[in-house]
Amino acid sequence: MNEQQQSLETLQDIKKMMERSSRFISLSGLSGISAGICALIGAWIAHPYVFGTRDFVIHRSMAVEQAMAGDYSAIFNTWLFWIAAATFLTALASAFIFTYVRSKKEGIPLWGVTAKRLLFNVSVPLLVGAIFIFRLIHFGTFGLVAPGCLLFYGLGLVNASKYTLGEIKYLGYCQLLLGIINLWFVGYGLYFWAFGFGVLHILYGAYMWWKYERD
Amino acid sequence: MLNPIDNLNKLFDSRVRLGIMSALMVNDEVNFNDLKELLQITDGNLASHLKALEENSIIKVEKGFVGRKTNTTYSITKSGQKIFKAHIDALEKMIRATK
Repeated sequence: MNEQQQSLETLQDIKKMMERSSRFISLSGLSGISAGICALIGAWIAHPYVFGTRDFVIHRSMAVEQAMAGDYSAIFNTWLFWIAAATFLTALASAFIFTYVRSKKEGIPLWGVTAKRLLFNVSVPLLVGAIFIFRLIHFGTFGLVAPGCLLFYGLGLVNASKYTLGEIKYLGYCQLLLGIINLWFVGYGLYFWAFGFGVLHILYGAYMWWKYERD
Repeated sequence: MLNPIDNLNKLFDSRVRLGIMSALMVNDEVNFNDLKELLQITDGNLASHLKALEENSIIKVEKGFVGRKTNTTYSITKSGQKIFKAHIDALEKMIRATK
């Protein structure tokens, strides 16, 4: 091996170590695809409740009382809340599985500094968003729930892009754009939501899988 | 004589040390266990390389506690940063030399 080649390999090693020590690179494209599928199924189940062909309140008798009292538990008395919670949890679990498999395959510990940093930075905008949306629902501003989800999630992704593979910021920008457009099409939130969390996740995941994980 | 090899620092003549320096260049500080996991080497091996870098004032060490466990973190010094950058520049020059 000549000197040039050796230098080149050393530089590539340095770059790899810098990436490895500062970014969580095990995030699998398949995680994006599976989360997107969960979102589409969730949106499909939620559809009749959102558009009023099915009653979204679980116990009508309790609902009036809760509403009168301004009770926060009213939100738990809706099918939509439980559909949303189940969608979120299954999407998260399925995303975790594929990323876990990839990190095992690459021999990178899953729960390292980079994973913690990524999780923290994505969580801050998401938690703030969750509180904000909770208040929106409390005041009955349902039309802003879907754009709110898209906007805060988009911000979370843009914020996270410094701590994982950088391409995720484009997914973030797309979610932000979608969320902003949705602000002027209140009432079609579920479709925007399904496109952002479903279709965009699948497209992004497929692209990332094709670029980094295809053998 | 202008030979780029002169700028190649003997201190970084090991994969482990390059790994340590790479990690410290992009992180404010890294603790011993994370370095060990990153480089996948034994305690003794890592400690000896860290010691050499510390003795040359390339990195600095801070010993602290997390609960009752010792937590030793490492960070790069200003001069260490400069020297490592010069090392990278020298490597780049060597690649360009034949192009």
